[in-house]
Amino acid sequence: MNQMSTEGYVTPDGRKIGGVMMEMRNITLRFGGVKAITDISFDIREGEIRAIIGPNGAGKSSMLNVISGFYVPQEGEVWFRGAQRPPMKPYQVAQQGIARTFQNIALFEGMSVLDNVMTGRLTHMKTGMLAQAIWKGKAEREEVENREVVEKIIDFLEIQAIRKTPVARLPYGLKKRVELARALAAEPSLLLLDEPMAGMNVEEKEDMSRFILDVNDEFGTTIALIEHDMGVVMDLSDRVVVMDYGKKIGDGTPSEVRNNQAVIDAYLGVAHD
Amino acid sequence: MFYREAGDFKTSYVDDNQTFPIKFDRYRYYAVLLIAFAIIPFVLNDYWVNAVFLPFLIYSIAAIGLNVLVGYCGQVSLGTGGFMAVGAYACYKLMTSFPDVNILFHVIISGGITALVGLLFGLPSLRIKGFYLAVATLAAQFFLVWLFNRVPWFYNYSASGQISAPERTLLGIAITGPNAPAWAMYLFCLVFVAASAIIARNLTRGAFGRKWMAIRDMDIAAEIIGVDPLKAKLSAFAVLSFFVGISGALFFSVYLGAVEVGEVFGIQKSFLVLFMVIIGGLGSIFGSFAGAAFLVLLPVFLKNVLVAGLGWPTDMAAHLEFMIVGALIITFLIAEPHGLAQLWRVTKEKLRLWPFPH
Repeated sequence: MNQMSTEGYVTPDGRKIGGVMMEMRNITLRFGGVKAITDISFDIREGEIRAIIGPNGAGKSSMLNVISGFYVPQEGEVWFRGAQRPPMKPYQVAQQGIARTFQNIALFEGMSVLDNVMTGRLTHMKTGMLAQAIWKGKAEREEVENREVVEKIIDFLEIQAIRKTPVARLPYGLKKRVELARALAAEPSLLLLDEPMAGMNVEEKEDMSRFILDVNDEFGTTIALIEHDMGVVMDLSDRVVVMDYGKKIGDGTPSEVRNNQAVIDAYLGVAHD
Repeated sequence: MFYREAGDFKTSYVDDNQTFPIKFDRYRYYAVLLIAFAIIPFVLNDYWVNAVFLPFLIYSIAAIGLNVLVGYCGQVSLGTGGFMAVGAYACYKLMTSFPDVNILFHVIISGGITALVGLLFGLPSLRIKGFYLAVATLAAQFFLVWLFNRVPWFYNYSASGQISAPERTLLGIAITGPNAPAWAMYLFCLVFVAASAIIARNLTRGAFGRKWMAIRDMDIAAEIIGVDPLKAKLSAFAVLSFFVGISGALFFSVYLGAVEVGEVFGIQKSFLVLFMVIIGGLGSIFGSFAGAAFLVLLPVFLKNVLVAGLGWPTDMAAHLEFMIVGALIITFLIAEPHGLAQLWRVTKEKLRLWPFPH
């Protein structure tokens, strides 16, 4: 397990990674008698792409749910930007600038693509109800300002053509992209992606990988992602946490993780003789 | 052929956000406003106002309010009748306590008071959903009606237990009371209807509307993008009860003039408004109007055709009305859950291409 300096590090492709943004300290999460996560610590640094991998049921999604506030761990501390985070509701976490996507798409099916992406801006829209009711003036200005931000993201993810389409009519791959757009619209400092490439074909995976790299590159967004496709994970991420049965069995750069015996055992199995 | 958006380009986001993005729609909307404000008041008579226009306008306000809660925010309320009663009694108390204040303000303040009551009864919505919430709001319905029946302060200790609206004027013209001219009552209600529709539209197309729809479509995802479910649901309840309170105040002061709470604002009223929203179309302002028009006009129509035209007995026509409304609600729920508004939308889609199929 490599310990990096608090000042950050430089990736092999020359990107500068900053200090620690989010730190999980000795997190333990139990559901009744079942331990979903046991004593896991790791950090996410400013500007990096951090992957969490592991076999099915390893507790990866639970970990993401702890970060985004759905689950409150029984033990351990969550530190965000140098301060310990008290137990929070998910919407408060979102207001701190942490956005996420879901493993099973969680879009608002009754709304158009544009409206869905606009919901991502809700944390930035503060106009009161009275001004909203009058509309002309403050509310309309705010709407247009936020629309401009959203249009940039729509451009960026190349979904201009389906702007006004109801989400329910879209195919799976596009829905995944719209969900990413919604998360990006919040202009998050930390973006959590829960299996962004699940169920996609090779081209769609390539598109999605490109978008993830571009997001990190252009907006400087820190990204934590869960993914099963090893090729994708090894290519995209700067550092990888490996989990198995709720425990951390590896942490480091992709090449370190690849050569870690515990990780190989977890993925390929161990001979019982 | 004539109805299409070709060549109607939008060059700004403000244009793109218009309520009626297609020119033809926009002109039709202006035409409807013109007819409603400038022509109908001159041609209508007492029968039309009392049988059709006043109930239609007043129910429209209630339906718009309920549509915000049910259609946009996805919560259920069976307390509409009770909230209308709050609006009516608030208006009555205000009219009798502050006779010098204009009736216009009384009606608006009644809406505000109802909004506060609605907030209170909206609180359970944070914990319970669906049928259970419906039952909780049902409690509001029965409690409020009971309250207004039992506490004499609300009806100023009158012997009959009724409340009746004294005459109040606006710009020197009677609006309430037996001497109010038909056109004045019509215009007074119409102003409230137009304002309600515009306010509801503005709320639902902006940030609040998106919050509500996010809660309706998937509350977990709504929370993860930063929507506080408590605030979103309560604001929907407040808007619902504000509009319903105004409609209750108008129903009592302008339309009926005298009210016995159990009879007028009973559970039937809650269902009637809910049916308007379902038949008209959930999540559509136009649908609220369509539903209100449909359920107000249907009995009038049936009465005219069956009783006056075919000479049927009145009670039979009334029973037939129940059967028709019941059948329609089932039909709509199964075949077209988005109601008349969706039928209208489909017609418009077809019209855009007519007479060519593709």
